[in-house]
Amino acid sequence: MITLRNISLPLSDFVLEVDVELSSQVTAIFGPSGAGKTSLLDLIAGLRHPRSAFIQLEERVLTDTARGVALPPRLREIGYVPQDLALFPHLPVGKNLLYGCKPAAARGSLFSYEHVAAVLEIGPLVRRSVTDLSGGEKQRVALARALLASPKLLLLDEPLASLDATLKAKIMGCLARVRDEFRVPMLYVSHDRREIQALCDEVVELERGRVQPRSHQQA
Amino acid sequence: MSQEWQIVWFTAWVSALSTILILPAGLAAAWLLARHDWPGKSLVETLVTLPLVMPPVATGLILLKVLGRRGVLGGFFHDCCNLDIAFTWRAVLAAQAVMSFPLLVRSARTAFAEVNPRFEQIARTLGAGEWRVFFTITVPLAWRGIIGGMILAFARALGEFGATIMVAGNIPGQTTTLSLAIYESVGLGRDSTAFRLLGISVAMAFAAVWTGEWLMRKRRR
Repeated sequence: MITLRNISLPLSDFVLEVDVELSSQVTAIFGPSGAGKTSLLDLIAGLRHPRSAFIQLEERVLTDTARGVALPPRLREIGYVPQDLALFPHLPVGKNLLYGCKPAAARGSLFSYEHVAAVLEIGPLVRRSVTDLSGGEKQRVALARALLASPKLLLLDEPLASLDATLKAKIMGCLARVRDEFRVPMLYVSHDRREIQALCDEVVELERGRVQPRSHQQA
Repeated sequence: MSQEWQIVWFTAWVSALSTILILPAGLAAAWLLARHDWPGKSLVETLVTLPLVMPPVATGLILLKVLGRRGVLGGFFHDCCNLDIAFTWRAVLAAQAVMSFPLLVRSARTAFAEVNPRFEQIARTLGAGEWRVFFTITVPLAWRGIIGGMILAFARALGEFGATIMVAGNIPGQTTTLSLAIYESVGLGRDSTAFRLLGISVAMAFAAVWTGEWLMRKRRR
């Protein structure tokens, strides 16, 4: 359960104002470009400072401006795959993958390297340079890197936006496997209804920073 | 070792040491200027840049007042550690450090500003603290600019003259650097010595810049 209450974040043209509770495993944040979707993910990850917000993940309060609570991003246990993926260009794939890997993610556990590598088929990529990867490979590596940090919530910002149709289908398959194998709650930002219907259980529609009345419904 | 080679060796190691000594403060200042806004930032920016635009002799005079026996720092070190700074090799070090500091900061600041903050943010979401982010993401991605700044700082230190002569004087065997030795040789009409030292200066500056370019090319590959 993710609780987003009394969120208020001034953006350049409007104020992002959100007040929802999300209980599905995969929730889509849907809306046109510039609606505030990425800003909302940044806020949940602790990368932006809101004017006011109460953000709770399961039993943990991540942000509560009224009480002065603001967990730093490193303690939130949130995996974030941004739209530009932000793979560290100076590190090889293997070091990118292990950057956030917890020592406790022992062999055989859900978020172990072996399991994540098997699900996302990244084993052969480990020794390669990030700059040599194709778009789809980069996408899988970014997803694997986020999963290896054993997240309690996964934020995916338009993960299929820059891919062609063939790669989209392949990554959709990967995302479905991640959803089914890891059972981590996900917030999935997209402006493509077909992707949302294929992957998500619930939709929150944003427009100019506001949740639309017709949204917050089953996909 | 001949006197000339002693001067070359002294200039080289003091310049290298001054570059190393300003590195932590220079990187910290560059990072703070590139990544944060705080009250008084423009004042710090101006102060950091000041030695670049002020006459070096004026900077040297300020250093002399601060580092002399009756100065704030010089007096402190003299009283507490029986250590003199002005007119010793330490004053050469201080003059070189102050004069080359702005070049390191400006170059590193540009390099830090060019690092996409998204990399640092994502590193934080992966559990990295600020120090780990700085040393594993920010510095490696800004490495070229930092190396460039270090080379500029080293080259500036090699050629330092005005501030050095004010605060350290030109004491043979103690504070004489290449620049001071060239000036002295010309003044005394020892043209062949002056040209020999000039050649060595050019070669050292060339070697420093070339090494920096080579390192950066190697990293780019």
